[in-house]
Amino acid sequence: MEKKIRILIAKPGLDGHDRGAKVVAQALRDAGMEIIYTGLHQTVDQIVNVALQEDVDIIGLSILSGAHIPICEKLIKKMKEKGIGEKMVVVGGVIPERDIKKLHDIGIKGVFPNGSSFDTIITFLRDSIKG
Amino acid sequence: MGVASYIKDGEDIKEVILESGISIKPVYGPEDIKDLKYKADINDPGEYPFTRGIHKFMYRKTPYTMRQYSGFGTPKETNERFKFLISQGQTGLNVAFDLPTQMGLDSNDPLAEGDVGRVGMAVDSLRDFEEAFKDIPLDRIGSGLTINAVASIMLAMYQVVAEKYGYSPDIISATPQNDILKEMVGRGMWIFPVEPSIRLIGDTIEYSAKYLPRTNPVSVCGYHIRESGATPAQEIAYAFEIASTYIDHVLQRGLNIDDFVHRFSFNLDIYGNFFEQIAKFRAARKMWAKLIKEKYGAKNPRSLWFRMLAGGGGGGLTKEQPEVNIVRSAYYAMVSALSGTQTMALCSYDEAYTIPTPKAALISLRTMQLLLEEVGVRDTVDPLAGSYYVEWLTMEMEKKIREEMKRVEDVGGMAHAVENGYVQREVAKQAYLFEKALQEGKKIKIGVNKYVMGEKEAQKVELHEYNSKVAGQQIKKLKEIKRVRDTRTVTQKLKDLEKAAREKRNVMPYLITCIKEYTTVGEMTKVFKEVFGEFKEPSIF
Repeated sequence: MEKKIRILIAKPGLDGHDRGAKVVAQALRDAGMEIIYTGLHQTVDQIVNVALQEDVDIIGLSILSGAHIPICEKLIKKMKEKGIGEKMVVVGGVIPERDIKKLHDIGIKGVFPNGSSFDTIITFLRDSIKG
Repeated sequence: MGVASYIKDGEDIKEVILESGISIKPVYGPEDIKDLKYKADINDPGEYPFTRGIHKFMYRKTPYTMRQYSGFGTPKETNERFKFLISQGQTGLNVAFDLPTQMGLDSNDPLAEGDVGRVGMAVDSLRDFEEAFKDIPLDRIGSGLTINAVASIMLAMYQVVAEKYGYSPDIISATPQNDILKEMVGRGMWIFPVEPSIRLIGDTIEYSAKYLPRTNPVSVCGYHIRESGATPAQEIAYAFEIASTYIDHVLQRGLNIDDFVHRFSFNLDIYGNFFEQIAKFRAARKMWAKLIKEKYGAKNPRSLWFRMLAGGGGGGLTKEQPEVNIVRSAYYAMVSALSGTQTMALCSYDEAYTIPTPKAALISLRTMQLLLEEVGVRDTVDPLAGSYYVEWLTMEMEKKIREEMKRVEDVGGMAHAVENGYVQREVAKQAYLFEKALQEGKKIKIGVNKYVMGEKEAQKVELHEYNSKVAGQQIKKLKEIKRVRDTRTVTQKLKDLEKAAREKRNVMPYLITCIKEYTTVGEMTKVFKEVFGEFKEPSIF
């Protein structure tokens, strides 16, 4: 049997808009993935710790406050410190197009601005984990 | 419940089901409303049960107030935006706070980093309110304060700043949002656990009933619950269950229902099916009047008024082809106007991307003005009354809202339903079904799954730039205040606040004395956290 993809859906920072995070979590679960949802108001340290403890394959951040760049920079740095720099990070939310390249440069593998289809996200995650 | 859908047979639409789960026929006639009694179920505007409106002459005498949500960066910048909007004919303010302030964190808190002044103005102490409300006529202009977990602090601060500028508590009109249960369902700006959070709301209601007669201490928000995914029927049902929770709590303090419930207001959402929303508001107005009269035994007719802000919601707007959002919002404004609203606000066309730019906010304001002053929606009250369809749909919405209310009551009421995650699960499930229907093309969204244009077309929006200097300015100001204030007095006032909170006394007078000494929002919140603890989100997956 193929191993289930384990993904941490995380809401970093103070922003409380979790509709997108919860919708995507349900879609990924229906696609056969295992979901761990952090809940709101998580610090980067907390997220990295949960990722370590739960041994997830992917960290998926949902950010709608506009603070995606500083948060992602911090997360990637922290992951490297904790020795899980190789884990895949994806981000979704209100992400202007002009920031997508910056996020890739920081080390975010997949960027899914609001409106991205479930298919796009699921296919990307499956292919990346296989690859 | 399901989602709105159109079942087709070739090109013909065979069946239409609204989001609230109501199946719609192609034609309605007298048969459909034969059981409806005009006096008992509808009645004239201004007459119980107020289905047609809470006032006899509605907009002819009392046009809806127009309140665009604004505030960003420093209190000084916010003050400039307020003055601009007032000069353009806006009749009320709707203050946006940044996330740290909403979470009770000072600008220098490590957790606030990157968020200071980003989605609203930063408030650390009274000094910030002094700057934000400078030269604003607080006797004439009412202020909505979009704040919940620390609403008690902001309401106290509003009173203090008003008094400082010469406006007495009995003439100022604040509308703090102050609905914590909806924060726990959607929006997420909660801090303390359910029970003490409800008690803080009780404190503001009780205090306002005594000292702030023109203030609306609670604005019950179906809006954010709907934005989080709830159906229109759930939006109203959950709002009513939340309102009942607050009412029951305040009644336990020995207040009479007529002492306070007339200052409750509702903040509700518009997007989705046009007539479903109108029927939702008409049904809600009637049901509220009946609830307050029959269940709570109110005697004062004003207690029965369902006063609302019916606002065009961001949930309906798209990031694709953003200019089309101007048209969408105009329809939402029309729904609001046709539904007998007291206050209107519209999300601006660029809100799927960014904090509204001044241009976008102005277009929203003009949309609301145009409707009121140019095309005649104010001429006559509730012009849709008597429509076979609208009256039938109003009855059906009432049934659906009742069903949803019963579900919450069956799990032990709203406080319990929020603690154990029932409502959060329902709302998340509904959001998922809705998104799936969109992606499968079962529900049409122009520009998203129909008449789709290239990526480039969608990106013509000017972005609001976040000023990263704001944090530095706020922190500097905070340092100055801490240097000049009387630290010993501040410490003493905080101790008094802590004692009052522990003894479950009304904290409002203690907050006021703290604020006068320039105690910070973070310091007061810390006291509450120590006494009350923090809310733990129920797991819903």
